[in-house]
Amino acid sequence: MATAVVEHGHHGPGGAPHVEPLPPPIGGDHNLGSVCDAIGDIATCVKPHPREWYIAFACGFAMFGMFAVAVTYLLAIGTGIWGINVPAAWGFAIINFVWWIGIGHAGTLISAILLLLHQRWRTSINRFAEAMTIFAVMCAGVFPLLHMGRPWLFYWLFPFPNNFAMWPQFRSPLAWDVFAVSTYFTVSVVFWYVGLIPDFGVLRDSAPTKIQRWVYGILSMGWRGSAYHWRRYEKVYLILAGISTPLVFSVHSIVSFDFAVSIVPLWHATIFPPFFVIGAIFSGFAMVLVLAIPLRKWYHLEDFITDWHIDNCAKVMLATGMMVCYGYFSEVWMGWYSHSEYEWGTNMQRMFGPYGWSYWCLIFCNFVVPQVLWVKKWRMNPLILFLVSVVALIGMWFERYVIVITLTREYVPSTWGRYAPTIWDWATFIGTFGMFFTFFMLFVRYVPMISMTEIRELLPIRSGGRDGHAIAEGPP
Amino acid sequence: MTAPEAPKLYGLLAEYDNPEALVAAIKRAREAGYTKLDGYSPYGVAEIADALGFKYAEMSTVMLCGGLIGATAGFCMQWWANGIDYPVNVGGRALLEPFEWLRGWASYIPVTFEGGILTTALTGLFGLLAICGLPRLHHPLFNNPVFATRASRDRFFLTVEATDPKFDLPATRDFLLGLAPLSVAEVPE
Repeated sequence: MATAVVEHGHHGPGGAPHVEPLPPPIGGDHNLGSVCDAIGDIATCVKPHPREWYIAFACGFAMFGMFAVAVTYLLAIGTGIWGINVPAAWGFAIINFVWWIGIGHAGTLISAILLLLHQRWRTSINRFAEAMTIFAVMCAGVFPLLHMGRPWLFYWLFPFPNNFAMWPQFRSPLAWDVFAVSTYFTVSVVFWYVGLIPDFGVLRDSAPTKIQRWVYGILSMGWRGSAYHWRRYEKVYLILAGISTPLVFSVHSIVSFDFAVSIVPLWHATIFPPFFVIGAIFSGFAMVLVLAIPLRKWYHLEDFITDWHIDNCAKVMLATGMMVCYGYFSEVWMGWYSHSEYEWGTNMQRMFGPYGWSYWCLIFCNFVVPQVLWVKKWRMNPLILFLVSVVALIGMWFERYVIVITLTREYVPSTWGRYAPTIWDWATFIGTFGMFFTFFMLFVRYVPMISMTEIRELLPIRSGGRDGHAIAEGPP
Repeated sequence: MTAPEAPKLYGLLAEYDNPEALVAAIKRAREAGYTKLDGYSPYGVAEIADALGFKYAEMSTVMLCGGLIGATAGFCMQWWANGIDYPVNVGGRALLEPFEWLRGWASYIPVTFEGGILTTALTGLFGLLAICGLPRLHHPLFNNPVFATRASRDRFFLTVEATDPKFDLPATRDFLLGLAPLSVAEVPE
């Protein structure tokens, strides 16, 4: 951000590059107390929740109910109710797994990588983006578990001494995946919770009812804001950001290894890990915008989630979207350049075969539509940006669909087949949206959705803050 | 019949409304020879810890140790399971690699890495709580109504604990009143 400004800025007196000041990360005229009221009163229900909250929660909960029905029927009958077959043995289960876990990655990118890069604009959106990560990983985890057929035996995935004298096969990326996803979930929860401890302390001291004070008091662990504790706390937070950064890359790289380590044409490619990671960030930022745009309107959080934040998210989406498109180009290029009949043939099947429509859907959603974001006026229009984000989410889902469906057209025509999801596939997939929105709406209701602690640090010095000193320059 | 004993004192609490005043007060108190001091702020202010002379947190060492233990355990677990206890040559990833006795070590790196990250994060959380003496259901400072409602909100506090060798109730109170606080209060134990 800053470098871009430097490059294009004219040189001021003395030859020093002229740097335009960044917009303030917080709008309005806030002080230490008013920040707590504006954000904390939502979580303690002092401010009434808008009607939209109830509508969103009701819709989410209804879909969650559908999920319960779909899973119950699945457990009673078996995975035969899904459309999976041979050759497409993974189907919706892995499409949705990769899609959901990719969405989660933007939360870690915002909370960890942007912290390491001293980006002040992360502060307003990191809390709910981290919550989004946790719930998205939960939704993702559901699919491989259910795809096992007998999910109650999930613990066979872990190495433990057992009377079959069997161990997981650690040369398989599928075994790596178990560790990557479970570590990712745990570390995301730890990172989120460490960030929440001081905020729970604020709610403990300000909540109007005894039960709230009691619950938030327990959650705050007795945090009292000692300078000794803060110094240790900030060190832990920084290191957590430092380890989450390689973690997020490793997780989606390992997810891509599930494909790339096989020998299926177009899967067996070195571009897969970066291609997956960048696609994850693209779809994750789309989800951040899909959540942020309505939330800031419903809860009047325009002072904290300013147009600058929205603009930056849109720019990240545009940039990562273009990188994803480079990946699509690279797949076609490598197919042609390798002179491999199978690589090129699979490309042709992908574009013009029985599932060709899905390839062009993907190109339309991920390449054509995001070009809208080049125009500042359209990017700053919440409705347009919201719609582009929804289209990007659909596009990234189609990307995984196109990849997984490759199994129906690989080397030998005798193994070719067809794949179609059944109504139960759709019910499970839509059901995970219910799970996601139910948890997310409960989060919005009971947990401060923006970090009060870090926002107060960002306040100007005259209002009692530190002008974002810790974020802009980093702890010692 | 004896008169009821005066409650034991935890210390004295001085209140400020901005971090700069608190930092200045801590520096003066340190110069005056007080040692059992602490500063409280609603968000982390590096200068307060600096003024107290607590320059470097020990957390990075703790987390590094945790991470190394987790990574080592992760590696050894796979080495034992797939290299020693039940060796399988599968997927073209042979057991015989440059370090033969490590039995296919290259495939073990992802899980080793994840194990290290997992234990680093967990030692970070539990180490932070343990070293800070948390969780804790109550603390004497919460006996003070201003601290209990505003320490997390918009006030900055300096405490001088009664266990400080230089602590003397009237003299210390006068000293703190000289440091331009909004208020000074006694905090019962």
